[in-house]
Amino acid sequence: MDTQLDLWEVFVQSKPGQPYKHAGSVHASDKRMALQNARDVYTRRGEASGLWVVRAADIVASNLADHDMFFDPANDKIYRHPTFYQVPEGAKNI
Amino acid sequence: MTKTDALFHYCLRLGDDAVILGHRLAELCSRGPFLEEDLALTNIALDYTGRAELFFQYAAELEGKGHSADDLVYRRPERRYYNHLLCERPNVDFGHTIVRQFLFSVYDRYLLEELGVAKDTRLAEIAVKALKETRYHLSHAADWMVRLGRGTEESHRRVQQALNDQWTYTGELFEMDDVDLLLLEHGIAADLHTLRALWQTEVKQTLDRAGLQRPADGYMQTGSRKGIHSEHLGHLLSEMQYLVRAYPQAAW
Repeated sequence: MDTQLDLWEVFVQSKPGQPYKHAGSVHASDKRMALQNARDVYTRRGEASGLWVVRAADIVASNLADHDMFFDPANDKIYRHPTFYQVPEGAKNI
Repeated sequence: MTKTDALFHYCLRLGDDAVILGHRLAELCSRGPFLEEDLALTNIALDYTGRAELFFQYAAELEGKGHSADDLVYRRPERRYYNHLLCERPNVDFGHTIVRQFLFSVYDRYLLEELGVAKDTRLAEIAVKALKETRYHLSHAADWMVRLGRGTEESHRRVQQALNDQWTYTGELFEMDDVDLLLLEHGIAADLHTLRALWQTEVKQTLDRAGLQRPADGYMQTGSRKGIHSEHLGHLLSEMQYLVRAYPQAAW
């Protein structure tokens, strides 16, 4: 039997404006505990400006069995990739 | 007693509370109820160790006898430790650990708020830094009081027992002696009589939220202002000071 508390996924923002990235998970019985545990486990050396926690059970994930249906069709259509444009010399961040 | 003597003693007491309570929490490292809570308690322990160092460095400078912060921690006998008796209470179980942390953190929160505006820049700076940590300690402990109080029959019984067992150590938090009164005149120390009313209100609010009974104010233990401690401090110090006592010349 699983005697652990509920599983929550933790997303950490490293600087204001940056996207939240998945850092790992924690166990907790409620929202406040989840946030506190995430803070203690993933940000204790001051590497964060924001935290999200979400119950793992609430995440809707793609299914491995659907992999071909979901992701394969994108691979063989090169016109979906913006590789036919001439990039002006000196242009950055493209 | 000069103002400097008083401030030395005042910083020593603040440092003693931090280092002793920090040591108690550090004893739980790898023994927490689950991994995340183990880290949470150890983080709090490290916060106390950090601020203890700041208080002791300042105390050592005020004392002016060439002692280091480490000397004050590792070479001082039990009778010259001035931490509150509450801080040396053993961990017993998670309920006792949380109740001790909660009762102390409410006190510490109001104390540090007062010291943050003290007319001594160095002390005020340490207090402002420590207050940020203490707000978190309090939020962590108060949440657990409610979870345990409103959890299972067993968690409720245990946290209520922990509260009943430790209540007798809370009266001492608000004792003032010559050190406090002299510094109060200089706008440095906190007025603990004012603090007591704030502490009582906030503790009662959380106990109500947790569905716990506030114990009656009966006999209150006392002694630490004079360096008189319970049987637990000697054991704690013998472990904490062992290495330096056994190898006086040891260096980091």
